[in-house]
Amino acid sequence: MSISAEVAGNLTSAGVNGQHAPLAQTVLRPAVDIFEDAEGVTLYADIPGVSKERLNVHVDGKTLLLEGTVQPANGSQADGNGTRYRRSFALSRELDPERIEAKVKDGVLTLRVPKRAENRPRKIEIQ
Amino acid sequence: MFGTLRGFEVSLFDEFRRLQREVDDVFGRDVHHSFTRGAFPAIDVVSNPQQVDVYLTAPGIDAKALDISIQQNVLSVTGRREAQVEDKASLHRQERFSGEFRRVITLPEDVDPSHVSASYVDGVVRISVQRREAAKPRQIEIH
Repeated sequence: MSISAEVAGNLTSAGVNGQHAPLAQTVLRPAVDIFEDAEGVTLYADIPGVSKERLNVHVDGKTLLLEGTVQPANGSQADGNGTRYRRSFALSRELDPERIEAKVKDGVLTLRVPKRAENRPRKIEIQ
Repeated sequence: MFGTLRGFEVSLFDEFRRLQREVDDVFGRDVHHSFTRGAFPAIDVVSNPQQVDVYLTAPGIDAKALDISIQQNVLSVTGRREAQVEDKASLHRQERFSGEFRRVITLPEDVDPSHVSASYVDGVVRISVQRREAAKPRQIEIH
C-alpha cells in the first residue's frame, strides 16, 4: 500500500488541541477514498465548504498534509464558521511527490500521486 | 491546597467521562453508527427573523438530481451519491459515504413554503426559506 497509515500523532494532537482551542474552531478529519493502480495512487477527500483558495496541500519529505478552511456563510454566524479540515498521510518511497496533481470540485479534493518512473510497470514490445 | 483543587478537577472530569460512558451504553452502538453512516449529509440550520437557512454538507453529488420538497414547515431532501469506481485499481481505503440518503428537517412553523430557494456551492447545499411577515418582530414606537 502506498499511501499508508496516517502519520502517528495526527489524531492525538488534534484531540489535545480540541480540548484547549476555543469552541469556534473545529478541526475535522476529512473522509477519504484511496485507490492504487499501476501508475500511481488517487485520493478523494470530502471537504465540503472549502473553496480552492482556502485549501492547502503540502508535501514535506514523506508527509502529505491536507488543510482547508470552510468558507464562512455570508453574514451569518453559522456553525460552519471556523471549521477546518486537516489530515496527513505518509507517502511511501515509490511515489513521486514532485508530480502530485490536485483539483477540487463540489467539495471533493482529488489528488493524483504518480509512482516514480522506475516503479511503474513497463510493457516490453515484442519486435 | 493546589493538590486538593487539582484532585477536585480530575474527579469532576472523571465524573463527566463516566456520564458519557453511561450515555453511550444506553444508546449503544446504533447511535455511533447513525452518526458515521446515516448522518449524510450533515445539517446546519441558521435562522434569523427574515429567513431560515438550511445547510447540507453534501460534497460530490449531482445537485440537479436532488429532490428537495417542503410541505408546510417540513423540509425533506432526498438524493444519492455515487460510489467512486476505478477500473483496474485496487481500493485501499473507503470512508466516504455512497448510496441514497434522505433527511427530513422540521423548520419553525412560520416559514413560507412558497418562498424557497436553493444553491449548491463547494459541496454545500443551501436552502433558504423566507419567514412570514407576521412572525417578524415589529418595532412599536411610542408617539
